[in-house]
Amino acid sequence: MNAHRSPASSARVLVPALAPFVAALALAVAAPAVGSAQDVDNGRVVYERWCAECHGVDGAGDGPAAEYMLPRPRDFVQARYQVRTTPNGELPTDADMMRILEVGMPGTTMPAWPNLGEQQRRDVIAYIKTFSRFFENADPQPMDFAPDPGGGDEALESGRAAYEALECWKCHGDSGRGSGQSTPTLEDWRELPIRAADFTEPWKFNGGGTAEMIYRRMMTGLDGTPMPAYSDAVASGVVSPEQLWHVAHYVASLAPTLEPRTADLISAVRVEGELPAAPDAEAWNEARPAFVPLAGQIIETPRALAPTVDGMWVRALHDGQRLALRLEWGDPSNSPDSTWNEWQAKIAGALHADGADLSPDAPMSDGMAVQFPAELPDGSRRPYFLMGSSNDPVTLWTWDSQDGVAEAQGRGLGEISPLDGGDLDGESRWNDGHWEVVLTRSIAGGAEGAITLAEGVVTPIAFFAWDGSSAETAARGSVSSWIYIHLEEPASPNVVIAPILAIAFSAGLLLVFVRSAQRRQRQGLARAEA
Amino acid sequence: MSNRKSTWLALVAMLAIGCGGDAGDDGADATDEQQADAAPVVDPAVAATISGTVTFTGTAPEPTPIDMSEEPVCADKHSEPPTSPSVKVSDGNLANVFVFVSEGLGDMSFPTSSDAVVLDQNGCLYHPHVLGIQTGQELTIRNSDDVLHNINTRSTDNRPFNISQPQAGMESTRSFNTAEVMIPVGCDVHGWMSAFIGVTGHPYHAVTADDGSFTIEGLPPGEYVIEAWHETLGAQTMSVTVGEAETGAADFTYDENAAYDPVPMTEPLIVSHDGHGAG
Repeated sequence: MNAHRSPASSARVLVPALAPFVAALALAVAAPAVGSAQDVDNGRVVYERWCAECHGVDGAGDGPAAEYMLPRPRDFVQARYQVRTTPNGELPTDADMMRILEVGMPGTTMPAWPNLGEQQRRDVIAYIKTFSRFFENADPQPMDFAPDPGGGDEALESGRAAYEALECWKCHGDSGRGSGQSTPTLEDWRELPIRAADFTEPWKFNGGGTAEMIYRRMMTGLDGTPMPAYSDAVASGVVSPEQLWHVAHYVASLAPTLEPRTADLISAVRVEGELPAAPDAEAWNEARPAFVPLAGQIIETPRALAPTVDGMWVRALHDGQRLALRLEWGDPSNSPDSTWNEWQAKIAGALHADGADLSPDAPMSDGMAVQFPAELPDGSRRPYFLMGSSNDPVTLWTWDSQDGVAEAQGRGLGEISPLDGGDLDGESRWNDGHWEVVLTRSIAGGAEGAITLAEGVVTPIAFFAWDGSSAETAARGSVSSWIYIHLEEPASPNVVIAPILAIAFSAGLLLVFVRSAQRRQRQGLARAEA
Repeated sequence: MSNRKSTWLALVAMLAIGCGGDAGDDGADATDEQQADAAPVVDPAVAATISGTVTFTGTAPEPTPIDMSEEPVCADKHSEPPTSPSVKVSDGNLANVFVFVSEGLGDMSFPTSSDAVVLDQNGCLYHPHVLGIQTGQELTIRNSDDVLHNINTRSTDNRPFNISQPQAGMESTRSFNTAEVMIPVGCDVHGWMSAFIGVTGHPYHAVTADDGSFTIEGLPPGEYVIEAWHETLGAQTMSVTVGEAETGAADFTYDENAAYDPVPMTEPLIVSHDGHGAG
């Protein structure tokens, strides 16, 4: 005990004597503007107020909220930064870190921080750097990036060829949907499961979806993830900078041509002739695709904290008798698939389980459900969006990759009972990383107790999805909010006749007006003669 | 087994490059290169040696088969079905154990060997599976397979790297500036591929050969702690004192039922040797 006490007491004796010197030293240290003690102190305040909940007080990426997130928050101690302008394995520049604070990390739980002023952002960056010894005396410099040779058809062709030669498809899949053969075993540096980017969803790219950003990610790699740097391959002549740019343009070209604006209303186009039953039927081109965002169900337990499905493209057609819906969403696994068993267990173990056993022995199937109110509502009232409630039920059109389709009634999550007598029909196919499912049902018919739809009526509709290979089932799945579907009415004969009648009526009025004017004129002349 | 023979085997194991396993091809030239790896500035007349054998008692686990069917280019290179090199026991001897001087060298520093250590990817396996390297020493990473590999290190004391090698014959060079036992290496394209790199601030490290033997040569006489490290069985230490020109023995035994220290993946820092290489 004495040995512990004596240095402290001798320090106490020394402090008064040294005070002026210490004060002078502190002033000298505080003077430099960038990364000074002053910055770091302010940065600490900002950090502990806004960042520590996820990234941890000590910066190790292990704050109280971390176990609810996948991918996990950045570990500032290990300092593996995904999005940088510096070479693979190196630290980011201040500008790189500033950019993340300005735009966030799309596809993760890291938001942008417009509420922080520029000085606050500078300060917090200075503080974050103090967590890692790697930043001591470091001076990270951006790489030299080759100039963009431009896009165009030839560039895309060359990019596709290089995409194949460089084996990008091993992880990202042949059609770029993140479903390559290596995906079930992908892990980040913490040995947590991680997905390969789906190139049809560039708005989720961590480092941005433009060709330039894609090119940079290929040159630097995404540190801490399986995405390697191709800088060595360029340096050794395996691929030229132009070819790598072409790959970037090709990857950027896989983005959907239609911007995924959140749809409020799905319009079911009325078609003459037969409704398409197959997901790849040409007739679907007549329908307008609507993008419906989905999010993890986090109200009831067990929650879906990092769900696979985060959006669906919905198309609807009807012929006056039946309604056909075509639903399309990305899912790298065609569940049940035993090659994903390990992934399923890892996902179940990586996230807070809310006390549920999320690691079933058998591989699970994929699923989807379309939700309507059980009855057409009066006014704007709609049932509870999580499969209704005991006194306000919903109708569900369910699809399961193993069990097929069924019509059911929901009275809350997990309170689902099958309905008899319906004519719900379905066809599905999994194609290189995405599901395409077609559901058709009589508009007016349906099972006993199911909704009776009607043309011309705006009806609430919502969607659910489950990825079996990511241990998603029941409450643990993706859900949309209520939006609406409208079944277009047939073009009425009035549409043609009304304008004709209007023209005839106007012409008649004009005639009457002209005649009466002529009559007045004649009468006036007669009076003058008299 | 004669001492000379075991020394030779240990040397091969310690420095082996590109010649391990079923799929090995051209190890000869690289091995010759490594033979020139001379001991550091210790008077050869007094230099001591520590050698030994690592044995395994009990029932050795059945080798885990590796399913390479998704990569025919690699599967075709194996005449026998490939198995995991993790716990490799033959006649009770344990291979792929990293043995190194963990204490006793004090502040001594040693010149870095100018010879590169080679990590080869052949038949979708790393050769060697376990290797030792000195801080600042060059590591040449070679792809002998005509498929994409990425080399992803999960170091914590050194900056990690993750680079792609999409073509056969491609080579990349890296080095480590901080001692770290061990650095796991993996390929995300082929989840079964795994190697371990032991980085020490000195050249006194070895990897046990198939017969479990190792030799550490050219040591200054002194008292050392020798550590044996195995990726799944754990770590053990032993004190060994060697006098001038002596050969000390350090035999380790792993028992199937015994629990050893958990493998120290992030510590200890043995000798920090900053200032070499880019890491």
